[in-house]
Amino acid sequence: MSPEKKTTTALLYLDGVSVSFDGFKALNDLSLIVEPGEMRAIIGPNGAGKTTMMDVVTGKTRPDEGDVYFGQGAFDLSKLDETEIAELGIGRKFQKPTVFEMHTVEDNLLLALKSDRRVRGTLLWETTAPQHERIDQILETIRLSAVRSRVAGGLSHGQKQWLEIGMLLAQEPQLLLVDEPVAGMTDAETEQTAQLLKEINREKTVVVVEHDMTFVRELGVRVTCLHEGSVLAEGTIDQVSANDRVVEVYLGR
Amino acid sequence: MTSFSLIRILDRGAIVFLVLLAVFAVAIPALNLLTPAGSSFHVPTYFVSLFGKYVCYALLALSIDLIWGYAGILSLGHGAFFALGGYAMGMYLMRQIGTRGVYANPILPDFMVFLNWPELPVYWYGFNHFVYAALMVVLVPGLLAFVFGWFAFRSRVTGVYLSIITQAMTFALMLGFFRNNFGFGGNNGLTDFKDILGFNVQAETTRNALFFCSCVALLLGFLVCRALVTSKYGKVLVAVRDAESRTRFLGYRVESYKLFVFTLSACMAGIAGALYVPQVGIINPGEFAPGNSIEAVIWVAVGGRGTLTGAVLGAFVVNYAKTYFTSGFLAPYWLFVLGGLFIAVTLLLPRGIVGTINHWRASRSEARSAAEIPAAMPQAAE
Repeated sequence: MSPEKKTTTALLYLDGVSVSFDGFKALNDLSLIVEPGEMRAIIGPNGAGKTTMMDVVTGKTRPDEGDVYFGQGAFDLSKLDETEIAELGIGRKFQKPTVFEMHTVEDNLLLALKSDRRVRGTLLWETTAPQHERIDQILETIRLSAVRSRVAGGLSHGQKQWLEIGMLLAQEPQLLLVDEPVAGMTDAETEQTAQLLKEINREKTVVVVEHDMTFVRELGVRVTCLHEGSVLAEGTIDQVSANDRVVEVYLGR
Repeated sequence: MTSFSLIRILDRGAIVFLVLLAVFAVAIPALNLLTPAGSSFHVPTYFVSLFGKYVCYALLALSIDLIWGYAGILSLGHGAFFALGGYAMGMYLMRQIGTRGVYANPILPDFMVFLNWPELPVYWYGFNHFVYAALMVVLVPGLLAFVFGWFAFRSRVTGVYLSIITQAMTFALMLGFFRNNFGFGGNNGLTDFKDILGFNVQAETTRNALFFCSCVALLLGFLVCRALVTSKYGKVLVAVRDAESRTRFLGYRVESYKLFVFTLSACMAGIAGALYVPQVGIINPGEFAPGNSIEAVIWVAVGGRGTLTGAVLGAFVVNYAKTYFTSGFLAPYWLFVLGGLFIAVTLLLPRGIVGTINHWRASRSEARSAAEIPAAMPQAAE
C-alpha cells in the first residue's frame, strides 16, 4: 500500500512517535516493537500515553512525528484512517466498554463478524450456517449464551467487557489492542479474563493496557512501562517492578 | 428474496399497518365514488384530496424517520427534497397546459411569456414527457442529496451542525426559487394545472386515482424502509446512530452508509412531493421554507422516532389537528398548539406515540419472561 516499506520482522513497529495536544506532549519520542504472536502488557501512570498510543495505532489520532508500521513494515498506519486500519486486521477494545447498546448481544457479534463491510454486502446479507456456528462458539467462549437475545445495554459492566472482547474475536484481527479489560471486574472475572486472553494469544498478537498488577502478573508476559509519553522500562514483570524509576513514578514504595 | 426475509420484514406491527393502509386506500375512493352525495357514508371529494395530501406528508415523514430514527441524521431541510420532487412534477403539469394558458403559447408557460422570455430554457426540455419528469422527480432530489451528503459525511459533519447546514440548504433554495430569473415561476410558483397523463386534474376520478397512487407509494415506501431497517445494513445504521466511532473501528465506512440512506430518503421525499403537487394544484417557493421541514420532523417526533409506523401516524395526527385548528375561530392559535405539542411530546412522550406503546409492550413481556431467565443462568455459567 505504502511506497516506502520498512524492513522489520515486527507486526507493530512504532519509532520516535510524538503527539502533542495544545502543547501537552501525550507521546514523546515513543518507540515500541511488538513481534508477531507476542502478548505485550503496557502499564504506566495516568497520562503516560497508553490510550494515545492506541489512538495512533488505530488511526484515531495522527502522529506529529515518527513512524507507525504494521505487518512487517508493509503498511504505514499514519497514512490510513480508522476503517482502513480495521480492515487490515487491527481490532480494538476501548477503555470504557463500548458495545451497541440497542442491539442484542447476538447482533453485536454479528456486526463485528469478519465479513464484507461494504453497503452492498450488508444490504444483501444472509447469515450462513458456519457464521451462526461461529457466533454460538464466541458466545460460549465469552459466557454470554444465556443472554444472547438481550439488548447489550442491559448487561452488567463485566458482561459488556466480555462482549467487547467477543466482538474483537469475531473480527478475527491479527492484532488485538485491549484497553483495560478488567476494570470493574471481580477477582474471579479478572482471572477468567486472563485465561481468555492467553487463549486468544495462541493464535493472535495481543497488546493489553492494564493497571491491575495482579492481572498483569497473571498474564506472565513481557511488560512495557510508559511514563510521560515514552518508554520508561521494558522486560519481565519482575524486572520492571524492580526498576527504581518505575517504583518511583508508578508503583510507589 | 427468500421467504425468510419476508417474515423478517413483515412483523405483526407491519402487517397491521399494511392492512389498515390498504383498507384506507380502497375505502376512501369507494365511499366517494359509489355513494350518493346525500348519503351519510359519502366522503366529499374535498376530503379525498385532503387525505391524499396527508398520505404524501406521511411518505415525507417516513423518509425523515428512516434517516433520523435509524441513522441519527437529523435533517431540518428535508422539505427541500419534497419541494424539488414537487417542482419536477409541476414542470410536467405546466407543459401539459399547452395552448390553454392565458397567453395560449403552445411551448412557453404563462409566466415566461409574461416575463418576455423568447424561448424555453434548456432545463425545461423534456418535461413534456411524463416518464422523463417522473425520472427527474427521483433523480434531482437524489443527486442533490448525494452531492450534499458526500461533502457533509466525508467531512464528518454530524449532529446539530449537520442540521444547521440542511436548514441553510433549504433556505438557499427557497431564495433561489423566489427569483423570477431562476425560471420556475418565482414567487407564484407553478399552478393552473389542467391535465395529468391526459386526465383532468380537477376531475373526481383523477383525484381518487391520485389518492390511491399516493397510498400505493406510501405502502411501497414502507416496505422498502422495513426491508432496509431489518437487514444487516439497518443494524449497521443503528450502530452508527448509537456509537459512530465504534462502528468505524469495526471497519465499516460510516460515510458510505449514511450517504446511501440519505440519498434514498431524499428520493422518497421527492416522490412524496410529486404526488402532492397535482392534489393541491400548486407548488411555490414557500414549500422550501425552513419551517415546513421542521414541522415534518415534529410529525416524526410525535408519532415515534425509529418506528416507521409512528412517522405515518404522526403525520396524520398532526396534520389532522392542523386542519382542525386552522379552520374556524381557533385559526390564530395553530402555531401555539404546534409549539405546545412539540414541548409536550418531548417532555411527556419522548418516544412518541408508537414508541411509547412498543416500549410498554416490551417491558411487559420482559417482566413475564424474567421468571424464566434465572433458571437458565446457572446452566450457562458452568
